[in-house]
Amino acid sequence: MSGIALHPLSASTAAPGFDLLFLALLGFSTIVGLALLSMIIIWGVRYRKGSLADRSAPQSENNLLEFATIGVLFAVAFGLFGWGAWLFLGRDHVPAGAIHIAGTAKQWMWQFEHDNGEKELNVLHVPVNRPVVVDLVSQDVIHSMFVPAFRVKQDVVPGLTTRLWFEATQTGSFDLFCAQYCGTQHSEMRGQIVVMSEADFGKWLSTRATGKTLAQQGADLFRSLGCSGCHDNSPTIRAPDLRGVYGHPVALASRTTVLADDQYLRDSILQPQKQIAAGYDPIMPSFDGLIAPDDLEKLVAYLESLSPAATSGGQP
Amino acid sequence: MTVAAPDRSTYFAEGAGLRSWLLTTDHKRVAWLYLVSLTFFFFIGGAAATLMRIELVTPQGDLLTDDAYNRLFTIHGIVMVWFFLVPSIPATLGNFLLPLMLGAKDVAFPRLNLASWYVFVFGSLFTLYAIIAGGVDTGWTFYAPLSTVYANGHVSMAAAGVFIVGFSTIMTGINFIVTTHKLRAPGQTWFRLPIFVWTLYATSLVMVLATPVLAATLLLIVLDRLFGIGIFDPAKGGDPLLFQNLFWFYSHPAVYIMILPGMGVVSEVIPCFARRPLFGYKLVAYSSIGIAVFGFLVWGHHMFVSGQSTYAGVVFSFLSFCVAIPSAIKVFNWAMTLRKGQISFETPMLYALGFVGLFAMGGFAGLFLAALGIDVDLHDTYFVIAHFHYIMVGGMVTAYMAGLHFWWPKLTGRLYSEILGKIAAGLAFLGFNLTFFPQFVLGWLGMPRRYHTYPPEFQVWNVLSSAGAVVLALAYLLPLCYLGWSLFRGARAPGNPWGATGLEWRTTSPPPEDNFAIPPVVTGPPYAYAPDVTE
Repeated sequence: MSGIALHPLSASTAAPGFDLLFLALLGFSTIVGLALLSMIIIWGVRYRKGSLADRSAPQSENNLLEFATIGVLFAVAFGLFGWGAWLFLGRDHVPAGAIHIAGTAKQWMWQFEHDNGEKELNVLHVPVNRPVVVDLVSQDVIHSMFVPAFRVKQDVVPGLTTRLWFEATQTGSFDLFCAQYCGTQHSEMRGQIVVMSEADFGKWLSTRATGKTLAQQGADLFRSLGCSGCHDNSPTIRAPDLRGVYGHPVALASRTTVLADDQYLRDSILQPQKQIAAGYDPIMPSFDGLIAPDDLEKLVAYLESLSPAATSGGQP
Repeated sequence: MTVAAPDRSTYFAEGAGLRSWLLTTDHKRVAWLYLVSLTFFFFIGGAAATLMRIELVTPQGDLLTDDAYNRLFTIHGIVMVWFFLVPSIPATLGNFLLPLMLGAKDVAFPRLNLASWYVFVFGSLFTLYAIIAGGVDTGWTFYAPLSTVYANGHVSMAAAGVFIVGFSTIMTGINFIVTTHKLRAPGQTWFRLPIFVWTLYATSLVMVLATPVLAATLLLIVLDRLFGIGIFDPAKGGDPLLFQNLFWFYSHPAVYIMILPGMGVVSEVIPCFARRPLFGYKLVAYSSIGIAVFGFLVWGHHMFVSGQSTYAGVVFSFLSFCVAIPSAIKVFNWAMTLRKGQISFETPMLYALGFVGLFAMGGFAGLFLAALGIDVDLHDTYFVIAHFHYIMVGGMVTAYMAGLHFWWPKLTGRLYSEILGKIAAGLAFLGFNLTFFPQFVLGWLGMPRRYHTYPPEFQVWNVLSSAGAVVLALAYLLPLCYLGWSLFRGARAPGNPWGATGLEWRTTSPPPEDNFAIPPVVTGPPYAYAPDVTE
């Protein structure tokens, strides 16, 4: 428990504009609400049963004053509508010079891919004071990318590419939430947006100074999980050599061909008996339940790195 | 029932056996069947909410598993929306009072009325069984493709149950529409109808027009799950957003099903205890119809960040601001009614005034959410939860309590403890605000809804909210006790304890089977209260 927060962090170019509208709405509601409350309290007291207040001519109503008041209230309300719509339209206008990120949501994690192919899970590193565009796709159900400190939110819908942009104004680490209920571990589908100075970001992107790349971590797993025992170039060939497989067609024992994309590789690790590569015995054990979802992604990233010509999810 | 009335002067005298209740076609007894069933579902839904609030006291998931938590909010949503709020006032107070307010002997189709209760009970118990036995965790919103492809559990059965209950809603709606058109007393023109009848009429229109859309949508979910027709599956050329359009085309109007009758109750209670005619009667009547019509045009405001087109968002935002107009008119008319009155503050009046305040706050929060820019931030956060609970609980449940206390002597012929009533009303107001106001702050801070675990910086407000939930639970258990006691042991009520002017008070309390010994004739407008005439 860290103190009592009343106001969210405000760390993007959009946040101050939103906050001003929020305060305007709060002011409007408070004024009208207090007027209503005073009517109820003042009349409730003055005209309580048996009081001596004057009740003569109870039907006299000052129509002009009433209509003027209502008119002003609605003018203000529709002004607030216009203000909100204007802010909303800004979501469609990405400033020039933005960096582009490809975001993928799935139960229950976020994957982000930078321009140079660098992938991250549940963390996104971005530079400060630079517009960032995230193109979002979902691999399963509807998710929603929500960064409260930036006041941005966008649903991620299967079959649709949606887009969200922000420009961070402070360095630091900010919460990323999935806002659209997406199944069992919805509330665990959280991450961080790490905002760095332009220089730090450049350094990070070129060296992954914070650690190994996904592919490097996948290479470690490839050995530690024992995959390399069969799949590495060994004297006794028991399993396909995986170099150059990613992004290319694979001939199956069923005499059909399948494109070795992310989904095929994940399926082959979790349910290896489903699609057997032609010429090999079905001896691969299933890793379903033995491998964490993010480790699975790391393995796939490693396999992708063994096939440098193929772009991610692309054609051979 | 132990009401020992040997004479035939009250509807309790029709018979005391279970058979006489289960086979009755008397609208007053059908109202009781609904009242008992809805009370059961209210406490089921409330128990689910209480367990969720206890879990949310700490940021970790320590009391419940994620699956259990997700099932609880699904039970809470489905039960509270479809098995309590939608039928709440129409099926209980509406059923009891509509024929009385029209000077009629019964509703137009008494057998259809009883049938609607059986359909309701069958469908709702079927759904409850499906959720508990099969573990449905889609939330009450059943969003595709989570519900059609990815969710395990008895989603199809739960959807089928809600589908069945929909027919009971339609039956009630048709019955009320026909009753209002055909069975009004001589001299009772449309503008001599009480606002409660106007709101029931508007509600019934929405029930009859919107519920079939829900039925079609649920059917598509079931077909998608069972046969993989792929209507919501992009891989097969379907569209997940189509589901949201269909679902909210029903569910936004359904919000007005849930609030209009509450507005009707308050429009009866406030004039009675202020001893003043309702201010701007015609405007309030037209506003009820206006809300029902506009309610069909704003569903897209649930989808501002869904991927729907930006300009569709602008149009839906504009229309959502428009729908606030009739509601705002009503709020100020209730307040204006107090002016130059002879106001007393019995329990129903306390609830009614509480309703005005809480409904207004919920309405203001609605403006925030209708404003596009801010909704991007607040959508799917606790701000939304707080907003619609201010309308649904602060508004509708409070109005339900106001009506239940106001017409309790009419329903039972007995009085309840006024002191306990006032304590419960005050406790409910405090408990409600303590529960839900912190959720506005949580939403503004960015806490998403439907979160089983949450970052620790949100804990303080969650603890406050959970504390409020305990107070609120007590405030709802208290009337269960003293009203239950009053039903059997309460002092006999005079025929018209509040000195109210509605037609329903022109017969004895409780009314005889045929409602009126002499069919009443209406000669003037409703709410003929005069502040100078004090008892």
